Amino acid sequence: MNELFEVNLIVNRKSYSRRVEPRLLLSDFLRHDLDLTGTHVGCEHGVCGACTILFDGLPIRSCLMFAVQADGHELTTVEGLSSFGSERNGELHPIQQAFWEKHGLQCGFCTAGILMTMSVYLKENPKPSEHDVREALSGHLCRCTGYQHIVDAVLLAAEKMQVSTMDIPG
Amino acid sequence: MKPAPFEYVVPDSLTEVLELVAKHGEDAKLLAGGQSIVPAMNFRLTQPSLIVDLNRLDELNFINEGSNGVLKIGAMTRQRQLERDPVIKAKAPLLHETMPYIAHEQIRNRGTLGGSIAHADPASEIPVIITALGGRILFQSLKGQRWVAADECFVGIFTTDIAPDEVLIEVEIPPLPDRTGWAFTEFARRRGDYALIGLAVVMTLDEEGVCLATKVVYLNAGDLPVNAEAASSLLVGERPTDKLFEAVAEEAQMEINPTGDIHATEPYLRHLAKVLTIRALNRAYERIAV
Repeated sequence: MNELFEVNLIVNRKSYSRRVEPRLLLSDFLRHDLDLTGTHVGCEHGVCGACTILFDGLPIRSCLMFAVQADGHELTTVEGLSSFGSERNGELHPIQQAFWEKHGLQCGFCTAGILMTMSVYLKENPKPSEHDVREALSGHLCRCTGYQHIVDAVLLAAEKMQVSTMDIPG
Repeated sequence: MKPAPFEYVVPDSLTEVLELVAKHGEDAKLLAGGQSIVPAMNFRLTQPSLIVDLNRLDELNFINEGSNGVLKIGAMTRQRQLERDPVIKAKAPLLHETMPYIAHEQIRNRGTLGGSIAHADPASEIPVIITALGGRILFQSLKGQRWVAADECFVGIFTTDIAPDEVLIEVEIPPLPDRTGWAFTEFARRRGDYALIGLAVVMTLDEEGVCLATKVVYLNAGDLPVNAEAASSLLVGERPTDKLFEAVAEEAQMEINPTGDIHATEPYLRHLAKVLTIRALNRAYERIAV
């Protein structure tokens, strides 16, 4: 057994402290050590985008970082998008609501990563064109939808975010 | 798909890093953005015994413009920072414009300038851009520092001139001369994939519109960034014309050394190189305000 390192971090506004082996991937740490299984693991080499989370507010591949590197940092996963647990119990993030309404997923495997990327993208680009959305989606692979409903959902999400009063993380 | 066990150190100072690489040499692998080495570790293509994490070295994350117009960029500067920095956009527009071609935003948020150079993937954009811009790279060890011109930095596939006890710490990019145009283009099968082929052009004309110097540098056209010197020499001393650009592109497609695979045959890649070269030469030329 290798030396264990202490990791103190914030995930979805909650503090955690764990001891990890250096080779533990951040994606596996989130799923197995913190039981935050909303972050999915697909290709494990940075191509599919399923494991995308926010690291200090920026979308990154959690399969291409080690958990030990998250020490002292603040993360957001898909579990942190909705206001679940706050006084607005159960309310979906406008992007989640838009994916629901536009049928932006079938199996849902890629969805968590897409939501995380788009939560930042739509804040920086509040009125994207369809072309812009396709460009922004290019780091995510979906094998069900053919992307059309995802694009529709992101465009609807852009509209919803203009009028949302939710305190949007990320 | 899990990395083999390794020892891990995350130093707070460059001195500590230099001491570690001096002691462990090739057994120590430096972890910058991790966007190439971590996939390789996940596949167990590489199994380093010691990982030295550079991510706490804020001293290697900087973008400065010297009084002589030379840009100095720290090795740990993220690709996403290069993409968004106003100084880079104004002073090294070719570098700025090329950033979005590198994978995806999620990768560029972690990937670094120095990591991309040290990895020396013949298909990657940054080595080609630094070569085309005539940049130079600073290596440091406990014994001292040395500058290496980008032309001499890349020595083979995934191989640079760096010694096992050295760390890549900084990149310098000289200012563009007056009447200089630039262009980057590449062709990839899907957005963000490694390109089948790509190139950067930097072209300088004199006041009469005669070409003083041109660099045409290719990615994925050999073991390292391929500087098509014979092709670009056809332009020097001449006034650019469509016919001349066609001749340069024809010479360049013979000068490069692309490897065909099941996705694209070698003749196709050479044809593609020629088409992209004509486009890039025209784009660079259009940008020169004579």
